Amino acid sequence: MIRHVSILAAAAVTLAISAGVHASPPPVVHDWVIQSDKIPKKLSEFGFFQDWRGREPSMDVVPYRLNTPLFSDGATKLRYVYVPDTAVAKADGPGLLQLPVGSALIKTFAFEEGDELRYIETRVLLHRADGWVALPYVWNEEQTEATLALAGARREVTTPYGERISYRVPNKNQCKECHGLNGAVTPIGPKARNISAEWLKAFLGEVPEGADTLPMWEDRETADPAAAARAYLDVNCGHCHRQGATASNSGLDLRWENDDPHAFGVNKRPVAAGRGSGGLMFDIVPGNPEASILVYRMASDEPGVAMPELGKGTVHEEGVDVVERWIAGMPAK
Amino acid sequence: MIRTLMVATALATLASPAFAETITVAPGEDAQDRLQEALILAEPGDEIVLEAGRFGLTDGLSLDVDGVVLRGAGMNASVLDFSAQRGAGEGLLVTSDNVTLRDFAVENPQGDGIKSKGADDIVYSGIRVTWTNGPAATNGAYGIYPVESTHILIDGCEVSGASDAGIYVGQSSRITVRNSTARSNVAGIEIENSRKAIVELNYVTQNTGGILVFDLPGLPVKNGGEVLVRNNLVANNTTANFAPPGNIVASVRRGTGIMVMANDTVWVGQNMLYDNPTAPIMVIAYPLAFDDPEYNPYPREISVDWNIVDEGGTDPQFEGAAQLLAAFGGALPPVMWDGLEDPEMTTLMVHPDLAGWSVNLPKQGAGIEAARPGPLDAGAIGQPISIEGWGAPEEMDARL
Repeated sequence: MIRHVSILAAAAVTLAISAGVHASPPPVVHDWVIQSDKIPKKLSEFGFFQDWRGREPSMDVVPYRLNTPLFSDGATKLRYVYVPDTAVAKADGPGLLQLPVGSALIKTFAFEEGDELRYIETRVLLHRADGWVALPYVWNEEQTEATLALAGARREVTTPYGERISYRVPNKNQCKECHGLNGAVTPIGPKARNISAEWLKAFLGEVPEGADTLPMWEDRETADPAAAARAYLDVNCGHCHRQGATASNSGLDLRWENDDPHAFGVNKRPVAAGRGSGGLMFDIVPGNPEASILVYRMASDEPGVAMPELGKGTVHEEGVDVVERWIAGMPAK
Repeated sequence: MIRTLMVATALATLASPAFAETITVAPGEDAQDRLQEALILAEPGDEIVLEAGRFGLTDGLSLDVDGVVLRGAGMNASVLDFSAQRGAGEGLLVTSDNVTLRDFAVENPQGDGIKSKGADDIVYSGIRVTWTNGPAATNGAYGIYPVESTHILIDGCEVSGASDAGIYVGQSSRITVRNSTARSNVAGIEIENSRKAIVELNYVTQNTGGILVFDLPGLPVKNGGEVLVRNNLVANNTTANFAPPGNIVASVRRGTGIMVMANDTVWVGQNMLYDNPTAPIMVIAYPLAFDDPEYNPYPREISVDWNIVDEGGTDPQFEGAAQLLAAFGGALPPVMWDGLEDPEMTTLMVHPDLAGWSVNLPKQGAGIEAARPGPLDAGAIGQPISIEGWGAPEEMDARL
């Protein structure tokens, strides 16, 4: 589904570029807006898109997808990366792509309504001279413009599972709760290990070592259960559950590269879980997902219990399944 | 733009940081967005004032700007009401330095009350956090919850109903908790994996356990110690434990007064302890299995100096309590030690006027069924210890 949309977006770019031959020069991104210290009130001020409706990316705004994406209440996500033509993006092994100052990451969250893809919000991450800035923009009812929503917002949406929920657009500070590392805002998605080699080759001109190693989410049933689950936990949890980030005090480290089983939860007691423990003793009990706090919290949608704490109004059943299957297959002590 | 420049204030404070503003937020429609926007748009030095009244909130609030004062009209006047909260792990999250929170209340957050993480030099003054339905396992874990921070001053606060600890300070250093009331929580006040803390002049009552000083394995910040617990009134901590199992406080027995688990250098003195019928003062090793080579599960250099204590453990919540009570003549002596120690270290020193007993467990991790109870054989209280550099720095008092 997500790949399908990306291909559509890519097709749209091609169409737009060929159409541009007959019209005015292709629209370009407003580098001065990205690099100023101002906080634009409208998404359109950046010029990331050719149209007011944010459907067709401008020149050098490149769509991408992640092998295993972060779940956001089932929203369809349209991801783009922009690098100004005066600078180059580099690889850092399997880790985050190094995007130079002036770059931007743009992500639109949308839900299908009938045949329409209704945009809810577009989040942008701007690489400015003094660091990354995260800003949320919310689309209007008419779908004609997206306006800065520093305090976030709530919108009623129907998820792909047919559930009617109150979808939360995070506020500017909440952006940092996930994107914060050692006090600074950082991108978390575009890591080479979680992007296809083909795309990396086209974007960077090379395929870095360790790239494209996380399994594709749609292949989760056939992938190695540990790889599928660890990829899911890395992408959905590892940006907070690591040292230097929001959930560091839990001592839980859910990053892909962490290979200490105790640190990723095996026989690890909770620290500050409160009622989030659900009366269970350990984060992961090998062979026993029902006794594992990790599963209990993923399977809850109750604030104070539910994990992740932000961006979750509904339980991701497929995500829970993947983690359950992995824990069930661990040899019990 | 909601920033209203108070010209008079600006003129009057020309000497102070440039153009500090006062932003006033009233309760009522859209309180969530107006207050959150004020918290985001604030600049260092600004003061955000919560007018008197009840702010109905649906999501967690957060503050990430250094040097901001968030002030209400009093802990019973300005109330942030999270009864209808639908998201986030706490009511208010602070992640910036030099923040002062004062004179407002947080009621019924779905998770923790106020969490400050990596927020150095923070003052909590006259803050109330209440779960209004009283003790319940469905309440949030912590009321006031600073963690991974340096320089914390908590003064004149009040927390009740927390299903873990009312006032919980974790993985931090240079901490003062004083003049505060912790009532009807599982743990009243808890200092965990922290250094250089002073807990004084607090009223800690009707909790399961009063004041806990814990050091746990497997956390990023280890080796807690240098904690002073003095001049507190710790009374009537007889509430049945209502913590969700799995959490370490779920193992605290009803009727525990002051409890030290593991830790290095703790001084407990000049407290009044009444009606803590399991153990007015308890000193034990970490009781569970652990897998952390850097962790020392034993208490070291624990001084229990003179305290005013009643007869002690009159209703201990242990298996075999009846036999224990019979053996000790109706009440367990006020100081309880599990008998476990690091052979390299001095474990426990007790004032000669205080009687004690030892559970005499054979080894770390043994259950109470392995007890071989006997009289306490601890050293006498030794040289006074230095508390130089403990507690929040004195200059933070100017912000009270």
